[in-house]
Amino acid sequence: MSIIIRLAGITKVYQVGDESVHALDGINLSVEKNEYVAIMGPSGSGKSTLMNIVGCLDTPTSGLYELNGTNVSEMNDNQLAKVRNKEIGFVFQTFNLLARSDILHNVELPLIYGGISSSERKHMAREAIARVGLSDRIHHKPNELSGGQRQRVAIARALVTKPSILLADEPTGNLDSKTGNDIMALFDTLHKEGNTIVLVTHEEDIAEHAHREIRLRDGKVERDEPVKNRRIVQASSNVGVA
Amino acid sequence: MNYAFDEFKEGMLIAFQAIRANKMRSVLTTLGIVIGIVSVTLMGTAIEGLNRAFNKSIAAIGADVLYIQKWPWGGGDDWWKFRNRRDIRMQQEKTLERLAETASAVSPTIGASRTVKYGQKYIEGVTVVGTGYNFLEISGANISFGRFFTRTEGDGGRPVCALGSEVAANLFPNENPIGKTVKVGGYAYDVVGVVEKQGSLLGLESLDNRVYLPITRFFQEFSSRWGGISINVKARSVDQLEDTKEEVRGIMRKIRGLSPRQEDDFAINQQEMLVQTFNQIGGVIAAVGLFITGLSLFVGGIGIMNIMFVSVTERTKEIGIRKAIGAPRRTILMQFLLEASVLCLLGGIIGILIAFPLSLIIDQVLPTAMPVSTVLIAIVISLLVGLVSGFLPAYRASRLDPVDALRYE
Ligand SMILES: Nc1ncnc2c1ncn2[C@@H]1O[C@H](COP(=O)(O)OP(=O)(O)O)[C@@H](O)[C@H]1O
Ligand SMILES: [Mg+2]
Repeated sequence: MSIIIRLAGITKVYQVGDESVHALDGINLSVEKNEYVAIMGPSGSGKSTLMNIVGCLDTPTSGLYELNGTNVSEMNDNQLAKVRNKEIGFVFQTFNLLARSDILHNVELPLIYGGISSSERKHMAREAIARVGLSDRIHHKPNELSGGQRQRVAIARALVTKPSILLADEPTGNLDSKTGNDIMALFDTLHKEGNTIVLVTHEEDIAEHAHREIRLRDGKVERDEPVKNRRIVQASSNVGVA
Repeated sequence: MNYAFDEFKEGMLIAFQAIRANKMRSVLTTLGIVIGIVSVTLMGTAIEGLNRAFNKSIAAIGADVLYIQKWPWGGGDDWWKFRNRRDIRMQQEKTLERLAETASAVSPTIGASRTVKYGQKYIEGVTVVGTGYNFLEISGANISFGRFFTRTEGDGGRPVCALGSEVAANLFPNENPIGKTVKVGGYAYDVVGVVEKQGSLLGLESLDNRVYLPITRFFQEFSSRWGGISINVKARSVDQLEDTKEEVRGIMRKIRGLSPRQEDDFAINQQEMLVQTFNQIGGVIAAVGLFITGLSLFVGGIGIMNIMFVSVTERTKEIGIRKAIGAPRRTILMQFLLEASVLCLLGGIIGILIAFPLSLIIDQVLPTAMPVSTVLIAIVISLLVGLVSGFLPAYRASRLDPVDALRYE
């Protein structure tokens, strides 16, 4: 299996006044294609910092980060923007949709920045929206949707460029448990379709959807092991993934 | 290439969304640009009016006419030198007329101020112009009725005259002046024609408050304090004016017996000299006027810059989202530059729409029209103001760190 993400000795140090905060303190980690990884850990353990670095939103203080064999830890702002656009699908806890644009435009946006032609863009965006089951809401604004629906739009936006990896930082954190379960079911399906997924959560039962669980503590990897009793939610889907 | 266009379209979309979302704020900000553009374009219109008024007021001088005189126009740096020059005499005019080959017409003129009387009516301070039969050919004015005096009448010094339109209107309100006898400075003259209305020279001296009569008779009846005459020389065309000028200078030097080392003791005046003087003064007025009105545009630009900083701060989160999904710096930069430019351009267009009717009001006082070049320049300037004042905020937006921007609430 091919390695998509390889982190070696990643550190991130924040300077707050006189104090240095070691948000990440030597992370070594690899993620292979079609893995489904949950990152857990107490608040402040560095989960978001790690996700931001993996998502190329942020750069490490030191260490090596290879994405699909390319060293991205030394890239400049514009190169990172391109990587974010082509290789990364990021889902945020707070959805982060553009309030003034409708669903179609929100999902289309990464393709605009990716330089895809208008007709192809529309087609791909509609496809991604259909993928998350919101075809009938295509011209609604985000504030006309429920929290779960907004997160689906965000997932469609993350998927639309067919990225190498789907990252989600506490995607169910702002949702009630039933809606959260629906979102997790969607991730499960996406994984089954071949997507590589890394998600951050601090809820045990959410993490149990994944195949592999990484625990962070004080910016270090405390534990990294397969999930023993995987939870499969979606009743309608056939289970059978080892 | 297609990408650039889509990006531009996206930028325009965002700009209009942002303007629509903050209507009141946009209107108030744009107002600064509107006021700036209105004042700049109106100033441009007024300057155009001054130019036109000037050009009209010196049209009677004729762009293709040389005036050989003792005094240079506008060049009084050495009053005594000019004062002590020999007068220009009729005999010199005769010789010049005979020798000048490139001139299409040569005519002498001399003036004096006299009272003109007809019956009980009289006008004081009329300019009596003694001249030759071909005066009108040189000045380019037309006869409105009757005729000018003929060559024979001119050379023979007959007591005939042509009236300026103002003199004719005042002395003969209900009569045909042709064939009537008027008294000019106490001497009787038969009226043979009336010259059409010409307006005034430089807004000062009316060209219609005049009486034209043969110069030979003028010398008999009106002794002029200045003594000398002016020789008016018309070139074949404006293009040939310089050639004619050179020829006339040579002939005049010979006539007046100047040795090669001596400088000219006469002046060859022409319209161009007045135009140059006006352009110098007019240029200063225009520069000062445009500078002062430009300041209001500058203030408008600062308003735009200020509101763009607010806009960037307000939309920090949005910038974070766009960057997170792959918008490069230049896209963010362009987005805000576009927003500022659209605001300014709207201001510019509204400004022109307001300034245009106002220019029609100016037109009532000072005949003018808003020059097309001013309109185009105003649009370009408002666009530039947008780009310049939008740049700093846009640059700041483009450099925002995505993680920081996303965290912003
Ligand atoms: N921009 C920042 N400036 C200073 N300290 C920060 C910054 N971002 C994160 N940290 C610190 O880094 C540590 C890890 O934060 P984070 O990755 O957000 O944790 P988690 O997502 O696991 O709750 C925390 O101690 C936090 O205070
Ligand atoms: Mg976090």
